[in-house]
Amino acid sequence: MWKWLHPYAKPEVTYHFCAKLIPWLWLFTFGLLVVGTVWGLAFSPEDYQQGDTVRIMYIHVPAAIWSMGAYSSMAIAALIGFVWQIRLADMAISAIAPVGAGFTVIALLTGAIWGKPMWGTWWEWDARLTSELILFFQYIGIIALYHAFEDKQQGAKIVGILAIVGVINLPIIHFSVEWWQTLHQGASITKLEKPSVDTSLLWPLLLNILGFAFFFASLVCMRLRTEILSREQHRPWVKALVMEKSVDGV
Amino acid sequence: MNWWHVFFTVMKKEWLLSFRQKSDLINPLAFFLLVLTLFPIAVGPFPKLLQQIGPGVIWVAAVLATLLAAERMFKQSFHDGSLEQQALSSVPFSLTLIAKVVANWFVLLVPLILISPVTLMFFHLNFEIWFVTILTLIIGGLTIFLFSAVGAALTVSLHRGSVLMALLVIPLYIPVLIFATGAINAASLGFAYHGQLAILGAMMIVSLLAAPFAMSTAIRVGLG
Amino acid sequence: MLRGTSLTCYRQDSILFENLDLALDAGEILLVEGRNGAGKSTLLRILSGLLRPTSGEVSYQQEPIDNVLDTFNQDLLYIGHKPGVEPHLSAEENIRYWEKLHQQETLSDLVPVIQSVGLYGYEDIPAAQLSAGQQRRVALARLWLTKEKRIWILDEPFTAIDVKGVALLQQRIQSHLAQGGCLVMTSHQPFNDILKIDHRIVLG
Repeated sequence: MWKWLHPYAKPEVTYHFCAKLIPWLWLFTFGLLVVGTVWGLAFSPEDYQQGDTVRIMYIHVPAAIWSMGAYSSMAIAALIGFVWQIRLADMAISAIAPVGAGFTVIALLTGAIWGKPMWGTWWEWDARLTSELILFFQYIGIIALYHAFEDKQQGAKIVGILAIVGVINLPIIHFSVEWWQTLHQGASITKLEKPSVDTSLLWPLLLNILGFAFFFASLVCMRLRTEILSREQHRPWVKALVMEKSVDGV
Repeated sequence: MNWWHVFFTVMKKEWLLSFRQKSDLINPLAFFLLVLTLFPIAVGPFPKLLQQIGPGVIWVAAVLATLLAAERMFKQSFHDGSLEQQALSSVPFSLTLIAKVVANWFVLLVPLILISPVTLMFFHLNFEIWFVTILTLIIGGLTIFLFSAVGAALTVSLHRGSVLMALLVIPLYIPVLIFATGAINAASLGFAYHGQLAILGAMMIVSLLAAPFAMSTAIRVGLG
Repeated sequence: MLRGTSLTCYRQDSILFENLDLALDAGEILLVEGRNGAGKSTLLRILSGLLRPTSGEVSYQQEPIDNVLDTFNQDLLYIGHKPGVEPHLSAEENIRYWEKLHQQETLSDLVPVIQSVGLYGYEDIPAAQLSAGQQRRVALARLWLTKEKRIWILDEPFTAIDVKGVALLQQRIQSHLAQGGCLVMTSHQPFNDILKIDHRIVLG
């Protein structure tokens, strides 16, 4: 399998491969999100307790899931880069981080908007929201650290170490926050039971979760291409590419 | 070459350096006291309130002092080149680094404990709460210091890394903070707090094992 | 003994060198020349294992240095651009500390070493109060400590030391080579006399 995979670890190959992949990824993203969202917003029944507000779930849940998914994929990329010394994996980290941070912001905002009618406040120190907030800080740390380095190659390796340290801590943070929350349960306003989702709500949700996955992949592929170009700008193949394009332009 | 011997050689050198640069010894301590003073001024000198927030405040102040102390730990030796000599030694780099970190931790912890009885008066704490607070600081504080050291190692080659370093490591402090204050809360309610201490101990052991590798990898990248 | 194969180094937005080959045997000197910023120090750092080349490989006794890092570090003495001298320790403490971290055996008497680098009488003064040249010599004292280190990699060893010091250092280098060691160095000064340069690399 490694023999087969290895050519894709070359930035040049990946650059062209991503170009072919991106239209398909966007196609799936739009297809799934349009179907899922329209179904979710217009055709699925409303919740008997929460009414129409429950529909924010169709954005909140996929964003929250993939904000964590993005962090894990970043850590996996970091691990690959660290073990096999593959440049491309380091580039993937910096391509993923801002996308993941964006998802985290969406999850936090929609969480707050959802919280207002449910809990009566915009912000509640709820275990999940608190973990999401900490995750957001971790993304900010990674992005800020990467941009602090002038030498991007060095920066990418350093950020990789931080991502690995962070992902080890992620479950620990999550569990400790949950424990902390049960400790201070008395302080919080009415809690709803763990939502059991009806199947009629579940299908559009699953479609949107999948749609967000493709959305994530599309954005990362696009960012990865730019990252590859800027990082490899002095390699012969990039120079050749630029020459070719400029000749075409003339 | 005996590794324990090297470990103590590095520790001794670090201690010698700290005693020659007294400011390194005193500044984090003064900072700790100042932060402690800020809280009664900010929230008002009400004994009940202070009693309630006291342990949490002590922890936050200690965490900030740790951040301050750890931040400069590798800077000097990075700039004068002794860190690269250390990296090229046939003694494992992670060993000499952890020796340095542990030595610096004692330099911070011991004065902090010696001065901590003032919190008995500042926050009207009773003796038992103070005792548990110090216990959690001893067990949990090393984990915090190790995380800070990893943060310092990650930012060692940057000119202005201090705020950035805080940004990186503070999210990682949260579990330790939760279990430390959880133990203190349990103690103040008269419950057993061994469970929380055990968790803090486990975190300390895991970070003691993992941090040296993270640090040595980060510093090697920083040296390159 | 020490070999670099098709070493390439890109740094940020420039190419420092490409496909550089070098090989060094016992008793030989490699002199790296070039203008400032041409990558001399970078090449030395790559050869000492502090820095990974963008591509290519450094090997020691036919083995990539990453595979034999322990023996390589045991045999390597690198003095870089920064001397690696702790400013708050005295000259003697600095030398002793370095010795404990890098050597199997430690000398019982440091006086001859301190004398050979001309620091006698200054050994108890904190390094921060010494001049740049004296600090440099605290670092160079490592060359007199040892017979264990076979590979010397020295970045500008002759700067900031006086004529007498240069002569002493050249003598020490000669005896090192005679004992089967090798040396990689950079230098601004032209070489005409005592030391025979076996290989030259001009960068930039």
